[in-house]
Amino acid sequence: MSKEWPLWEVFIRGQHGLSHRHVGSLHAPDAEMAIKNARDVYTRRNEGVSIWVVEAQHIAASSPEEKGPLYEPSNSKVYRHPTFFDIPEEVGHM
Amino acid sequence: MYAQMITAEASDEDPKLLEEFQARIDRDEKIEPKDWMPMAYRKTLIRQIGQHAHSEVVGQLPEGNWITRAPTLERKAILLAKVQDEAGHGLYLYSAAETLGVSRDELVELLHEGKMKYSSIFNYPTLNWADIGAVGWLVDGAAIVNQVALQRTSYGPYSRAMIRICKEESFHARQGYHAIMQMAFGTPAQKAMAQDAVNRLWFPAIMMFGPSDSESVHSEQSMTWKIKVRSNDDLRQQFVDQTVPQIEYLGLDLPDPGIKWNEERGHYDYSDPDWSEFFNVIKGKGPCNVDRLNDRTNAWEDGAWVRDGLLAHGRKKAAARTAAE
Ligand SMILES: [Fe+2]
Ligand SMILES: [Fe+2]
Repeated sequence: MSKEWPLWEVFIRGQHGLSHRHVGSLHAPDAEMAIKNARDVYTRRNEGVSIWVVEAQHIAASSPEEKGPLYEPSNSKVYRHPTFFDIPEEVGHM
Repeated sequence: MYAQMITAEASDEDPKLLEEFQARIDRDEKIEPKDWMPMAYRKTLIRQIGQHAHSEVVGQLPEGNWITRAPTLERKAILLAKVQDEAGHGLYLYSAAETLGVSRDELVELLHEGKMKYSSIFNYPTLNWADIGAVGWLVDGAAIVNQVALQRTSYGPYSRAMIRICKEESFHARQGYHAIMQMAFGTPAQKAMAQDAVNRLWFPAIMMFGPSDSESVHSEQSMTWKIKVRSNDDLRQQFVDQTVPQIEYLGLDLPDPGIKWNEERGHYDYSDPDWSEFFNVIKGKGPCNVDRLNDRTNAWEDGAWVRDGLLAHGRKKAAARTAAE
């Protein structure tokens, strides 16, 4: 069994009511230490008020080759954008 | 995995993929970890980012040397914070390298086996407190010039690491200049120490940008792939131009008699450093090469039981949690 500490991905919520955002990664022996290390590395200058860590191996990611099948379908659905519909000025802001 | 990469042949790569890759680079698109990339691009990045990470970590040693002997509690706290930042920089960069399929432990082992390098500047000693000021100001100052340029590098994780690092670096340069200012405007003995530090560190600092591009082996391909975005000489010139007025402000003598404003070029002329010294230090014959590598290896080996213990504890806790579910 490898003696290398597992890799964790770190997500931080900034001060301003934003979502948690991926900021980087680190190695740690367990979740508790991962949070402590993330505190030390990624919030030394008040960058955050909340930390999530998740082991990198548990993240599933789409692959660049799937770009077509995944995102192409949305190209043909222009009606999903509000600007698709002409609404008379007389009815006011909508 | 890294060993496999080293031996992999690049020649059998699909020319169409190579062409598309170059087109993405030319459009200034960032390359992300799962994207297709030429083997040589990956290898060059692993070498460069790994070397960069090692430099951040080894760079803690000459400064750590003075934490216990800082002249005041405030200076000690500042230096401690600065050195802690450098540990973080090492981490950001190892993480960026890891997205390329090499592990951090592998990189650390390659460093300890002498198969990877770190910046040659850290093979010079920090003899006294003035050196600590000069390191922050000149060494971090030179690193900043390089790293600001690298924010635009083509590999996404490397670029993001650089952006994060640059946010923290200006504190490093400023605390160093501030420490030197106090000495340069202090007693004659303090001023002499500041002068001595600048004299000794000037040439090693301008060597940090590497040899002239005409002699640099890796430059051309790296520029085409936008791993590097500005030439060594170009970056060095910028550093000289911004640093000369800072030296003059301190009332110190310029460390190189060849420094002269060149009206025509709109830049300072300066003397070429002694490149034979640079190559000597790279080859392991600098004043501190042996010490630095020993310190790193000892820290790694002495810490092994702590790492192993924490990992065993982590696994035990995870197993207990699974059993309870
Ligand atoms: Fe740094
Ligand atoms: Fe720094």
